[in-house]
Amino acid sequence: MLELRNVSFQVDAEGKDKEIIRNISLTIPDRKLVVVTGPNGGGKSTLAKLIAGIEKPTEGHIFFNGEEITELGITERAQKGIAYAFQQPVRFKGIRVLDLIRIAAGKTLSISDACEYLSAVGMCARDYVDREVNASLSGGELKRIEIATVLARKAVLSVFDEPEAGIDLWSFRNLTEVFQQMREDIRESSILIISHQERILEIADEIIVLKDGQVEKQGTRNEVYPNLMINEKAAVCEGPFKMPAKGETEC
Amino acid sequence: MLKLDEIQKRLLREVADLHEVPEGAYNIRSNSASAGRQSTANIEIVSKEDVSGLEIRIKPGTKNESVHIPVVMTQSGLKEVVYNDFFIGEGADVVIIAGCGIDNCGNQDSQHDGIHRFYVGKNARIRYVEKHYGSGDGSGKRILNPGTEVYMEEGSYAEMEMVQIKGVDDTERTTTAELAAGSKLVVRERLMTHGEQRAISNYVVNLNGEGASADVVSRSVARDHSFQKFDAKIVGNAACHGHTECDSIIMDEGRILAVPALEANNVDAELVHEAAIGKIAGEQLIKLMSLGLTAAEAEEQIINGFLQ
Repeated sequence: MLELRNVSFQVDAEGKDKEIIRNISLTIPDRKLVVVTGPNGGGKSTLAKLIAGIEKPTEGHIFFNGEEITELGITERAQKGIAYAFQQPVRFKGIRVLDLIRIAAGKTLSISDACEYLSAVGMCARDYVDREVNASLSGGELKRIEIATVLARKAVLSVFDEPEAGIDLWSFRNLTEVFQQMREDIRESSILIISHQERILEIADEIIVLKDGQVEKQGTRNEVYPNLMINEKAAVCEGPFKMPAKGETEC
Repeated sequence: MLKLDEIQKRLLREVADLHEVPEGAYNIRSNSASAGRQSTANIEIVSKEDVSGLEIRIKPGTKNESVHIPVVMTQSGLKEVVYNDFFIGEGADVVIIAGCGIDNCGNQDSQHDGIHRFYVGKNARIRYVEKHYGSGDGSGKRILNPGTEVYMEEGSYAEMEMVQIKGVDDTERTTTAELAAGSKLVVRERLMTHGEQRAISNYVVNLNGEGASADVVSRSVARDHSFQKFDAKIVGNAACHGHTECDSIIMDEGRILAVPALEANNVDAELVHEAAIGKIAGEQLIKLMSLGLTAAEAEEQIINGFLQ
């Protein structure tokens, strides 16, 4: 279980303090798939970075399974079981897809075991394991490899920052299946997804709406989603990814 | 059977991946003397008479054979210049493994200057691997100055892998190549310098014949207070393709000077150079740390991958 208590995050913008996250308190329970949504600039990606340890809160406390992790670095949080999928995957010269998946798994996986993670994200594994994670891969391929590395971590809490962005030529159904399968495979774990995508919102157990650095709503999907469709639709549709939801084109 | 001590065996493993006496033709040079030599039906190795060094003659049409000519030095204060000439017959296809390992525990400088000349016959193919390695904690320097000259006849192909990852204090590498029509030269240089080391790499590749091509790529890492200079010039004298690339990571107080140069003397010469120097990208470290590696482990992975 992850808990944020009165967390704030400020940056210095042109000599003025700008508050990106404003006194947020929230809980990500075990065995739940939680989707954080809301308009762009609302602080969603910053929230993910605060959880992964890439940014440190300027105020407040973060607890993971009852232990305070506010001051822990990225590595220590990863070792405690927090995984984080980048919105924009990182490229590496000379590091192969197989190397990255092995690092993620924390052990020497066989090639066929590593391939399973690639197959899970819809990649023809044999074609990719020996490829370098460099600019020769398309944005969509890198994004799927990024998701595969997080699957390989088998983490207690997996955080995905806009996993749908850049996923080209790969149906959304498959992406949502990945998350549902992950939920079944890793018991006692929780998944936090930052997303604008309605199909991802539809599989959420809980939805958090973040706006202007504050939690505007938090509740079960049934509590939040119907209202979201009415009230937040415009904001959601302003997102960078505008794939229409099932049967809808007005977005 | 060869008589080599443990340090010499370790050096051989580092520079030539040799655990035992190699198969095929070989000459192992240890502290300025031949510690073992074998010629084969197709590959003849003989000592030069006028200067120190070898003549390696590979018969036309020789396929799937290899030549190992590693050098190890364990005596402090030894300085030598060695001339090795390779004559690769028409249509041959061979692998040549060179390399030099110096273990210097003394306080005098040890230096090996290996001058290698390759005469690559028509339509012949060679793969040449040269690894440098230094060890020993003496105050004497480990110095290697390789000179490589490559003369490529029509339709020939040469792939040269030059690796220097550890322990060599001072290197000045000079590589020149003359390419006839339809020949192709591929160079992959990998270099890492530490401490106060200095490494200089100069290339001049002349593309003289129609359809000649060259691809010279260097990946290097400069750490601590080390200095590197990469100076690569490709000259297009005919309708040809030339590409040179220098991609470097600097760390600590390391310094790198990259001087890529192109000279086109023919309107149909197509020449490209790329050079990039920078520190390890922060996001690369963050990604690997988010997979559970420490900052130091992440750095090591990034560098190992980069120098693969």
